[in-house]
Amino acid sequence: MSEKRILMSGNEAIAEGAIRAGCAFYAGYPITPQNELIAYMAKNMPKAGRVFIQAESELAAINMVYGASAAGFRAMTSSSSPGISLKQEGISYISGAQLPAIIVNIMRGGPGLGNIAPAQSDYFQATRGGGHGDYRLIVLAPASVQEAYDLTREGFALADKYRIAVMILGDGVLGQMMEPVTLAGKNAGKPLPKRWALTGCKDRKPNVVKSFFMAEGGLEKANLDLQKKYKIIEKKEKRYEGLFLKDAELILVAYGTTARIAKNALFRLRGKGRKVGLIRPISLWPFPADAFRMPGRKARYLTVEMSYGQMVEDVKLSSGCAEVDFLGRSGGGIPGEEEIVNKVNRMMI
Amino acid sequence: MKKIFTRPEALKDAPNHYCPGCGHGIAHRLIAEIVDETGIRERVIGVAPVGCAVVAYDYWNFDCSEAAHGRALAVATAIKRLRPQNIVFTYQGDGDLAAIGTNETIHAANRGENLTVIFINNAIYGMTGGQMAPTTLVGQKTATTPSGREGKGHGYPLKISEILSLLPGVCYVERVSFQDPQHVLKAKAAIKQAFLNQIKGQGFSLVEILSPCPTYWGMSPKDALDWTRDVMQKEFPLGKIK
Ligand SMILES: Cc1ncc(C[n+]2csc(CCOP(=O)(O)OP(=O)(O)O)c2C)c(N)n1
Ligand code: SF4
Repeated sequence: MSEKRILMSGNEAIAEGAIRAGCAFYAGYPITPQNELIAYMAKNMPKAGRVFIQAESELAAINMVYGASAAGFRAMTSSSSPGISLKQEGISYISGAQLPAIIVNIMRGGPGLGNIAPAQSDYFQATRGGGHGDYRLIVLAPASVQEAYDLTREGFALADKYRIAVMILGDGVLGQMMEPVTLAGKNAGKPLPKRWALTGCKDRKPNVVKSFFMAEGGLEKANLDLQKKYKIIEKKEKRYEGLFLKDAELILVAYGTTARIAKNALFRLRGKGRKVGLIRPISLWPFPADAFRMPGRKARYLTVEMSYGQMVEDVKLSSGCAEVDFLGRSGGGIPGEEEIVNKVNRMMI
Repeated sequence: MKKIFTRPEALKDAPNHYCPGCGHGIAHRLIAEIVDETGIRERVIGVAPVGCAVVAYDYWNFDCSEAAHGRALAVATAIKRLRPQNIVFTYQGDGDLAAIGTNETIHAANRGENLTVIFINNAIYGMTGGQMAPTTLVGQKTATTPSGREGKGHGYPLKISEILSLLPGVCYVERVSFQDPQHVLKAKAAIKQAFLNQIKGQGFSLVEILSPCPTYWGMSPKDALDWTRDVMQKEFPLGKIK
């Protein structure tokens, strides 16, 4: 495997990460700002002997991923906000049937058709459910092209390990910006043996992949099994990056693209002697609550998002602070470095 | 002594939940017999619908997947593409295949997916309590067309098989009926053809079965069979469409 650094967009890095993680099946439907991803897959999946399908809709694409995963293969779909709304049916079925899958959401403005500008306003949809039923997705939020590549690969391993759908949550900036990437990094692991998969019932009892449990108590038991699995994931799979947390009096909280802007603001503020820190959640579910629970910390929190405060709730719950400040825009605007610096300066007078 | 009638190995020894006189039980058995006869039980993968046949996998003795309502052909497409050596079929009602799943149906057919589709046309939504289906006949009373279906406004009976037969990706389409034992044998021959086509790699094959739903047609099982012959067939003529 090449250790060379090559220049790629976030969309392409996710696609390449998937291919190198052994993704055997991809189905998608065009939508901006993730079109580079589907084009990359169209070009490179067949070359690698894998299956690429341009589906007739996002609904068909996610249900194809359901079938591919049921057949025991690593599978992925990608889209942007309106398309992800359409996929919610399949995501719920995939969760109910405990199938591993990767779903990429390169977020754009909403609600409705919104616009094609970058946004982070699908946070609730990604972390709270989106589709029907008591289920969770592991949600990973890369902040650089390299991390988009790495987390996609890691996502496949997590999906297999827990038989769960993993969402890679990026935005239009991350999807389209170009950065150098090292195409190696963390191992996605060999696909685990899938004894439950549909392969034909040679030398064994028939397998059934389903999310339907009609018998008395059947669904409750299945749901409790899911909850047990989610508890383990909450315990083991929280990820975040923390900067200057030891002495911070004010902690910025941001993920993905806004975390990069917040980081720049942080260095400027530190340069002026402001005791500012940063928590960058990498897993949005499970939310890295531990990062907010350092004994003796008395910091205030300021979340920075390209949404109208969808993450604030999680910061409040994790930190136990009743008041959490917020700076954000969505619908086209990106909170700027200057805005963050000014807001912090006002808060720290 | 020679045993001339027995349960196919591809059918589990399980009581089914279908109403007396329902066509689903017959269709399940025919598929199981064909799976045995073609020797594919260990490599067949069925995709069950959402509809009265939602738990078809409780009756078939081979690998099966559930699919969301209408999405069976999207699910089957992926399975077959990844496992071309397996024999993959979908089993779908008229609501599943020709209303909520029309898009998945038409595009799987148009891509010429090498799949077998068993399409149960009972002109009604059985599972949800007898509402209008896309195939409900004009004049037919259902829970949602209490005064009978009118073409204008409710829509005319949708001839999805004829529509699909126009697509170059489609290999074989035939409409059969369960009205009497002779026709059941003909239905079996058509279903077998649809499986053999896939085994030979010939592409998308669909068999539409006019299948009785005595419960929501408000008829005895015998009258329901006669109705498929005397009434339903006028709208949905039997025979090979493609
Ligand atoms: C998304 C969604 N919408 C509606 C339903 C409810 N529903 C279940 S089966 C069905 C119709 C079944 O009719 P058909 O496909 O003709 O099969 P039948 O029961 O007649 O065999 C409907 C509307 C559902 N399960 N999922
Ligand atoms: S409601 Fe109709 S289709 Fe459903 S099991 Fe009863 S007879 Fe069969």
